[in-house]
Amino acid sequence: MSANLQLTEDGRLRHLLTLEGLPQRILTQILDTAESFVSVGEREVKKVPLLRGKAVFNLFFENSTRTRTTFEIAAKRLSADVINLNIATSATNKGETLLDTVANLSAMQADMFVVRHASSGAPHLIARHVAPHISVVNAGDGRCAHPTQGLLDMYTIRHYKGGFHNLRVAIVGDVLHSRVARSQIHALTILGCPEVRVVAPRTLLPRDVESMGVHVHHKMATGIKDADVIIMLRLQNERMQGALLPSAGEYFKYWGLTEDKLKLARPDAIVMHPGPMNRGVEIDSGVADGKHSVILPQVTFGIAVRMAVMSMVAGSNT
Amino acid sequence: MTLPDPNRLIDELAEKIRPHFAPGTAMLGIHTGGVWVMDALAERLGGDIPRGELDIAFYRDDFSRIGLHPEAKPSSIPFEVEGRDILLVDDVLYTGRTIRAAMNLVFDYGRPASLKLAVLVDRGGRELPICAQYVGATLDLGRHIALLRDDGGRFDLMLKGETT
Repeated sequence: MSANLQLTEDGRLRHLLTLEGLPQRILTQILDTAESFVSVGEREVKKVPLLRGKAVFNLFFENSTRTRTTFEIAAKRLSADVINLNIATSATNKGETLLDTVANLSAMQADMFVVRHASSGAPHLIARHVAPHISVVNAGDGRCAHPTQGLLDMYTIRHYKGGFHNLRVAIVGDVLHSRVARSQIHALTILGCPEVRVVAPRTLLPRDVESMGVHVHHKMATGIKDADVIIMLRLQNERMQGALLPSAGEYFKYWGLTEDKLKLARPDAIVMHPGPMNRGVEIDSGVADGKHSVILPQVTFGIAVRMAVMSMVAGSNT
Repeated sequence: MTLPDPNRLIDELAEKIRPHFAPGTAMLGIHTGGVWVMDALAERLGGDIPRGELDIAFYRDDFSRIGLHPEAKPSSIPFEVEGRDILLVDDVLYTGRTIRAAMNLVFDYGRPASLKLAVLVDRGGRELPICAQYVGATLDLGRHIALLRDDGGRFDLMLKGETT
């Protein structure tokens, strides 16, 4: 077993659990491979035969529509058989442990698990216990990581900006509860982005955020000034415990992205959002649907990026 | 052992293709050598021939043994495949597995009226029922052979590795 659980001994991607600590070469390979898969999505037949005969289990212990659907489409376009498990109504509710659930699904000849879980580290735990031919892809765990979202955001940035070396990227909003922000920060750092800003009120920033190598801004006006890329995060009401914020209306007034505030960024800035959006809370409808917005292309690119990740991890077990 | 001059082989291959090359026929080169040969052939055949490039990484039959090729490139077919006569071009024809993969790839874009195959070198060793309609040279080498291209666009052939 390699020191990094995610890589094989010869340095190929074995599981995708987090972007933290991955070499730049792997990230670039994922983005390049995804670029080839984008053209597959534009064809008459949108399928390639790479994962024919493989069984991909979508294990969603936490609700998701977009991520689960795009993983499902990605697996189907790779010709895999996809099994979606609605864990909320399954054996875990009857007391089965996570590892027992996984052992049972492995006995059904699974080749890959795509895992979303409310507990940080759940996909790592599974990866440590699966048979050598099984790969695990993290589809979001607790507050820890959402690596495929981070990668599709990198794909989107590279698509519109050509690279990362001269960019100013502002990540705005609820960084504290956001695994997406964490994965984005790791990816941007690995790919050589010189200025990553996090823009949020103190109550929505993790205490150790500076140690991640980002510039911290507590004012929207300075935070998005001259930014090339603005990534708005969703205000995660369901994860809020206690009164971190006065109200959604108040939040929008100070931290919502409006047309006026957007004028502070570079004229060719792109606006991204991992979804689902709260219109009128973190982002104004006019901006979400406006000419700077690349929110829907992000979703389309997400399919190609997930195809790239799945084909790379499935091919590493050979 | 002396190998034939690939630049001359391309001239000859173009002349073999010319009498049968109907107007409207498109060409598809297989990465990387096949694309070079296609471009060189198109230059010699003249006219405005629609051209595309195929990367067969997603269609290889050895994925379960060796995994994904690390440098998969996008395939690009900038013309309508449906109902078109297409000439597939590769540098070296060996087992036939690359051509099998390329044919599957083409059919995922549509149903061509016809598909023909032109190769610079046929080195034998077929493992599938595939043959080329146009062949530059047949060389029974028992070894791998590679096409090289210098910055000036001149071609060279090189023997590789051990006897197979």
